[in-house]
Amino acid sequence: MSETTIAVELQGVTKRFGDVVAVDDIDLTVADGEFFSLLGPSGCGKTTTLRMIAGLELPSQGSLSIHGEEMGLRPPNKRPVNTVFQSYALFPHMDVRTNIGFGLEMRKVDKDERSDLIDWAVSLVEMDGMEQRKPNQLSGGQQQRVALARALVNRPEVLLLDEPLGALDLKLRQQMQTELKNLQREVGITFIYVTHDQEEAVTMSDRIGVMHEGRLLQIDTPEAIYERPITRFVADFIGRTNFLEATVASGDEVVLTNGDRLRVPTSHPEGTAIAVTVRPERLTVHGRGQAPEGSHRLDGVVDSAVYLGNAVTYSVSVDWMHLEIRCPASLAGDRRSPGDDVTVSFDPDHTSVVIG
Amino acid sequence: MAAVTTPGLERQAERAESRRGFLLGLPSIIYLLVFFVIPLGVVIAYSFATRTRTGRTELNSWNLEAYRRLSEEVVRAVAFRSLWFAILTTVICLALAYPLAYFISTRRPTTRNLMLVGIMIPFWSNFLIRTYAWRLLLDSDGLFTQMASGMGLGDGRILFTSKAVILGLVYGYLPFMVLPLYASIERIDWSLVEGARDLYASGWESFRRVVWPLSRPGVIAGSILVFVPSFGAFVTPAILGGNKKGLMGSYIVDQFMDSRNGPLGASLSVVVLAVMLIGTLVYFRQGGRNL
Ligand SMILES: Nc1ncnc2c1ncn2[C@@H]1O[C@H](COP(=O)(O)OP(=O)(O)O)[C@@H](O)[C@H]1O
Ligand SMILES: [Mg+2]
Repeated sequence: MSETTIAVELQGVTKRFGDVVAVDDIDLTVADGEFFSLLGPSGCGKTTTLRMIAGLELPSQGSLSIHGEEMGLRPPNKRPVNTVFQSYALFPHMDVRTNIGFGLEMRKVDKDERSDLIDWAVSLVEMDGMEQRKPNQLSGGQQQRVALARALVNRPEVLLLDEPLGALDLKLRQQMQTELKNLQREVGITFIYVTHDQEEAVTMSDRIGVMHEGRLLQIDTPEAIYERPITRFVADFIGRTNFLEATVASGDEVVLTNGDRLRVPTSHPEGTAIAVTVRPERLTVHGRGQAPEGSHRLDGVVDSAVYLGNAVTYSVSVDWMHLEIRCPASLAGDRRSPGDDVTVSFDPDHTSVVIG
Repeated sequence: MAAVTTPGLERQAERAESRRGFLLGLPSIIYLLVFFVIPLGVVIAYSFATRTRTGRTELNSWNLEAYRRLSEEVVRAVAFRSLWFAILTTVICLALAYPLAYFISTRRPTTRNLMLVGIMIPFWSNFLIRTYAWRLLLDSDGLFTQMASGMGLGDGRILFTSKAVILGLVYGYLPFMVLPLYASIERIDWSLVEGARDLYASGWESFRRVVWPLSRPGVIAGSILVFVPSFGAFVTPAILGGNKKGLMGSYIVDQFMDSRNGPLGASLSVVVLAVMLIGTLVYFRQGGRNL
């Protein structure tokens, strides 16, 4: 990333509220035009991070710059960012048009230009014909669109979104996810998107930063986060997974609990307790002894088999743990039943070594 | 399955319900009837009665004489002065109460409650006594007067002047302005202010465009709660103003006592009541629109 393409940069940013460390020494660089998501469970410091970028909260420590300019004590109204709040924060006493035009009015954009921009934003979020309504006359989805238009109309350099779809029901949420993503591509504005919904983050983002207890554990593409998590928390938070406890034997070999040696690259020093994580769909079930050569094999017994329509999930107990396995229904030709002796296999390349 | 209720039974149940409600309300209905509706009827009846030459009120010949007299110069002067005092009191109360209410509602909950109790402490002692206390403070050798003189404000004595009356009214009715203002400011969602700030509004602009309009129900409620009693105030002007300048309240009392003109006193009372009634109606109309 060259200097000019950095939209937002946080260096060693920490935020304390009394004894609570809400955000703990975060380093983060978001590129221009990127759709970046901050993902993590409730209370992990996502909102606080966003509020610091917006200027609604000041860091206790660290530095924060937007397009190369140090923000320091700059108040929110002097920052080139806009926020879509989780609660929308639409002004209840103003109609849709006045709400959307508020930022332009504050910046003293002249009337004609303002009117054109509002028209543009209104049709962008497809709220035509509802401009005279007050927020309480709109549905949740419509309020969400107005909140979005109210921020986008200012053409901010960076748009901050705090769980903007949280209040919507599933169907509308999925529809809005697609619309938001398209919109972001269309207007080319950098999005920093906060969510606790891993699926939402994975489907929408260019990159994801996973947060836990105020710290940023991993920043990567959705695929890398899913396939190559580096901490147990990240692996567990993004989708379902199996953890095979192990110890590092050397730079490219670990020893599982049962003594099996597994060839996986790791940078952790010899003797470190780690876990090898394998996604359920990366495991395959075979009849006992029928697993192909070259893969890692574990013998076990089927505990349960659950048919899910498009897939079957098995729980298989190998002698020291249970494994969760997911097979596409189309490939589950010879279905296993509880009590069957099986061999489970996986390719070591499809695993990831995690700590924590 | 057979329907258990019929429309008839339903109606019967509703009627029983409303009868119960009526019985519960009966004591207060009787109280209001005896001590409010009937006296009010007497006042209205008096306002149409005739004053005999000896100052008695003759109830058997009805006329509009008392209302005609309302247009007389002295009566109008009293009414306008009262109106002016009430407006001035309201404006001063608003100017003092708004920052205070804003301050209180932005404190932490415990601090907030302490301050609210503080606002209500004066109510624990009698209004009359507190007004007399002001008289002591405002007298020539009173603390207030001495401090004012000490600060070089010339002869600081304001007792028995309009200033003293306004001061007394503001003192007396300030809590009635603070409390509704607090209630409506406290209810404002602060994320709206943050929203405004995020949309390039300065602190002042976000106050002007968001906080102030959203606190309007409190401004209206407080203004009416202060304006209405100020307009008809009697105790404060009597004690602190020395009654040198007639205000509505004392002028009405005069009519019933010294001047022995019951009908005029009654018709003035009806006017004051009408003003208060209009104020209250405006209040509820505004309240209805904002809720
Ligand atoms: N204004 C505040 N005062 C005290 N603690 C706060 C404040 N804001 C947030 N916190 C605390 O900081 C932590 C992170 O909060 P937040 O950023 O809102 O998390 P998230 O948005 O990820 O749910 C939480 O423990 C929360 O209780
Ligand atoms: Mg949050």
